[in-house]
Amino acid sequence: MTASETTLPVIPPSAEVDARGTGWAPGWMRRHNLQLWIGGSMLGLMVLAAVFAPILAQHSPTEPDAAHALLGPSGDHLFGTDNLGRDIFARVVYGARSDLTIAVVAVIAPFVIGLVFGIVSGYFGGWIDTIMMRLADIVTAFPFFILVIALVFVLGNGAWSIFVAITCVSWVAYARLVRGEAMVLRNKEFVAACEAGGISTSRILLRHFAPNVVTQAIVYAMSDIVMNVGVIVTLSYFGLGIVPPTPDWGSMMSDGQQFLAGGYYGLTLFPAAAVIWVSLALSFIGDGLAHALRIER
Amino acid sequence: MLRWLVRRLLLAVPVVWGVVTISFVLMHLSPGDPARTALGEKADAASVAALRHQWGLDKSLPLQYLDYLGQLVHGDLGQSLYYHSSITSLMWQRLPVTLVLIVFSAILAVLISVPLASRSTTKPNGAAALVVRLFNAVIQGSPTFFIGSMLILFLGVRVAIFPAGGYPSSLGSRAWALVLPALTIALSIVPLLVRGLRAAMIESYSSEYVTFARSKGLGTGPIRRRYVLRNAGISGVSILGIQVGALASGALVIEQVFAIPGMGSMLMTGILNRDYALVQACTLVFGLIVVVVYLVTDIVYARLDPRARLS
Repeated sequence: MTASETTLPVIPPSAEVDARGTGWAPGWMRRHNLQLWIGGSMLGLMVLAAVFAPILAQHSPTEPDAAHALLGPSGDHLFGTDNLGRDIFARVVYGARSDLTIAVVAVIAPFVIGLVFGIVSGYFGGWIDTIMMRLADIVTAFPFFILVIALVFVLGNGAWSIFVAITCVSWVAYARLVRGEAMVLRNKEFVAACEAGGISTSRILLRHFAPNVVTQAIVYAMSDIVMNVGVIVTLSYFGLGIVPPTPDWGSMMSDGQQFLAGGYYGLTLFPAAAVIWVSLALSFIGDGLAHALRIER
Repeated sequence: MLRWLVRRLLLAVPVVWGVVTISFVLMHLSPGDPARTALGEKADAASVAALRHQWGLDKSLPLQYLDYLGQLVHGDLGQSLYYHSSITSLMWQRLPVTLVLIVFSAILAVLISVPLASRSTTKPNGAAALVVRLFNAVIQGSPTFFIGSMLILFLGVRVAIFPAGGYPSSLGSRAWALVLPALTIALSIVPLLVRGLRAAMIESYSSEYVTFARSKGLGTGPIRRRYVLRNAGISGVSILGIQVGALASGALVIEQVFAIPGMGSMLMTGILNRDYALVQACTLVFGLIVVVVYLVTDIVYARLDPRARLS
């Protein structure tokens, strides 16, 4: 990408590629691709907890119990209880259900839209590409979270608005990434061979372009899920996301904050640990995938 | 340079137009009637109709769009329902606060990132490099508001070095009060900055001029300071510039957490009080800030690295 094509600042290619991944793993870990296994197990554990939440949780995540408010961690309440006497462990695992589902589902639409836009734009070039890049420039001109929060405000609270808002904003990153890859492929000999052989354009794009460009997009999707978790949690923190009483990490942290000064850390720290746990897991997976798929960083 | 500059300025024109248009469309995306939503369900039909008229919602869409453009050309961002005042004058009070916060955060981010990146390149497999990597991964996974409330708890309440929030009127205590919020926002972009800088430094280390400097007999310290950091700094400018969106998003969240009367908290007030015109204006101005910073970044980069002007 050069200065003449976009209004995004020019970034040296090495820094741009590296900024996408996490690059946290030291050499000895990379050799055995340990980060993929560690990340996979961490995420797997959280997904299992979410799936089996009704079995794991001994208490209701939503039923208040004033007699047992603000208890510390114990055998009965693994993570203690919150100010309304609700079991924090139950709320964390039930929160995983709502937060993780929305974060993962919200990746699908931008992924598909960005993939299609990127391939078409990179393959055809010309005015289609110009229009797409201008559109991408306009969307990236807005700070990510500010556009999302404005869209959620206009569309109203709830999961559906979060999906639409995230989709409107985050397809651009996929489109840019895929477009770059597609432009490189465009000049490969096998593409010229396909065209000379009379293979239809749609077939070239579906059978030859899509599989080649999708790997980068998948790796990026991992950090995109992390970003989505951040957005959902932050929206809920401000009371604009998931509507109570549905347990959610963001509203838990927001409710717990006023008890921090009193020494009741669990209300905030356990949901925060869950968020960090999921982010770390996905960063490790993204890193490991990039390594396994031989995308040089 | 002049031709390049003119071309770059012309490129920004459609983006500015797009930003203006999106901020207009935003108001019309609402599934319901913005005037009804803003006034609440209990409002009588007459006052809703009056607000619809005031916002021009009773006109045709193209006409509304032209009105909106006309207003903007005159520097009129509309009227705030919540503050009962002109948004342009509110913006003049709030914008400087947010800009100061963003600049302060950017400076802190650089001060934190450069030593971290430099440390993790000199001994890439050492213990310090691993700590930097883990620090990066954890910070990147933490929501900004959480980092903010932890800093308040430890440095504002437990060990009360900094105020836990607010925006004092005297200059000295104001700067002191901005340290924690700026640090929080800075931390949110430090992981990306460290990674970008590290990549640029590694690239620089493998270049011919560093090999030449080594063969000349220069020590590692001077090579790092005079050659590697200076060259990596050029890409650092872009990496920092591209993060302005993240800094602005951070300001939105953190101004709320630390009760700082900037544009971010004004946008949040607009959202919580269903003030459509205020949300529209703040979104627009945030978008324009990013366009300007991208432009400035490109110009600085082109000044520092002539190769950028050739492409």
